[in-house]
Amino acid sequence: MMLGWIKNLTQTKGFHPTWIILSVLLVFGVAGVMALPALYVTSKAPPPAVVTPKQAVELQVHKRPSFSPPLASAMPSGEFGETVLLGRNIFKNTQIYAKNFVGNGLNCVNCHLDDGRKTDSAPLWGAYVKYPAYREKNHKVNSYEDRLAGCFRFSMNGHAPAYDSKEMVALVAYSFWLAHGAPTGVDLMGSGYPKLEKSSRVPDVGRGAAVFASNCVICHGAEGQGTQVDGKYVFPPLWGKDSYNAGAGMFRVETAASFIQANMPLGKGGTLSQQEAWDVAQFVNSHDRPPDPRSK
Amino acid sequence: MLQKPHLFLLAALSFGMAMPSLSFADINAGEALAKNGAKGVVAPCLQCHGSHGEGQAALGYPRLAGQNKAYLVKQLQDFKGRRSSPIMQVFAQALNEQQINDVAEYYASLPVGAGGKQAAPTTAPAPSSQGMLLAQQGNWDKGIPACFACHGEKGAGIAPSFPVLAGQHKTYLVKQLTAWRSGERANDPQGLMKAVAQKMSPEEIDTVSTYLESLK
Repeated sequence: MMLGWIKNLTQTKGFHPTWIILSVLLVFGVAGVMALPALYVTSKAPPPAVVTPKQAVELQVHKRPSFSPPLASAMPSGEFGETVLLGRNIFKNTQIYAKNFVGNGLNCVNCHLDDGRKTDSAPLWGAYVKYPAYREKNHKVNSYEDRLAGCFRFSMNGHAPAYDSKEMVALVAYSFWLAHGAPTGVDLMGSGYPKLEKSSRVPDVGRGAAVFASNCVICHGAEGQGTQVDGKYVFPPLWGKDSYNAGAGMFRVETAASFIQANMPLGKGGTLSQQEAWDVAQFVNSHDRPPDPRSK
Repeated sequence: MLQKPHLFLLAALSFGMAMPSLSFADINAGEALAKNGAKGVVAPCLQCHGSHGEGQAALGYPRLAGQNKAYLVKQLQDFKGRRSSPIMQVFAQALNEQQINDVAEYYASLPVGAGGKQAAPTTAPAPSSQGMLLAQQGNWDKGIPACFACHGEKGAGIAPSFPVLAGQHKTYLVKQLTAWRSGERANDPQGLMKAVAQKMSPEEIDTVSTYLESLK
């Protein structure tokens, strides 16, 4: 029937109005075919304007629940409270309360601000609920104690206290208390350091040096040596013998850049551009520091 | 005849001697300036800042005794233009670099608690735990770091950039925090103090200043 209709159309003498409709349809058809690849590309670009039910389910699964640790003033009492308090003391003044396990000039709070409470500064409550977990770093399932031991070995360039030592038990207790009421096995909002966009330009030591000079020197010193008062570091050294070793997470430029962008300069977190953070992290990690103990 | 290298050496030496050395500060000259004033300086420092550098709480004139020297030098330099104060501008402009260096050396050498405590202008409230928490822990929910994170444990200051806060008059502290908050004072390095003050409420400014004043 369709063929018959077309045959009729072509055999009609003179101009038939249907030709207009056909040619318009043809133009749309060609345009549609040409637009297909573009449509394919844009369909890959996030975020979709309309969320399908399936995507909604996925979003819900990946949504990071927010969490607030208990008030610092709400320390528990009794034996448990004393252990939590010791944990906090170790965390704040690692040089004093866990000095036998530390091989540099750092304290835990240097990278985990606000006594391990602050969001986007690898808070303890965020880490606590994610262990035990498999880690690429050592290719095994790590307990929370294993994770803390890693901090002592690499970030603190020392060695871990025994897992049943009062120091380790206190740090676990302090973390456990901070995570009170948090769901387990969940990536909480503000845990770890926020992920940065890949740097559009290759991180550059030269540009990083300039960022460092105008933003970091006031506390960390022109040589990254930190600031000491009465032989005690009040602003941490960023490289050299008293800083984290080459096996530490902070030695990864990406980790350092995320920490810096979210938290530095102190009180002005989020003011450096992502590129500045990448560059200055590259600069900081370009200097000498204690070696990775695994390569000894 | 002098050889060329010798000429160079001689020129360098005489130039060096002619330059006022900033590293050398005459503490006695500084004390004399503080107590008697100097040519072009209408009144001696002690007239407002007290005979022991203790300041005047009632008028909001800061305690200078024991303040770190580099901070005092910077403020006197900044009063020539970057920091506004109708009174201090006049004095600072009359001082040369050597005098600034001398007088800063003198005040930095005085003990922090010199001159003792002063009766507060109004009935001073007891330091609240909120003020103490702000100074020791900050309020990270609002992005406010602890005062002590930069100003040192117990507010003792961290030279050269972070001044002593312990025992400073509340009237002065409130005035400065408020000035940073409004942008009236803007001579802080990297805008660090401004960034913090802008996140503070007037209540937080009040309570933390009360606490800091109470420290020795």
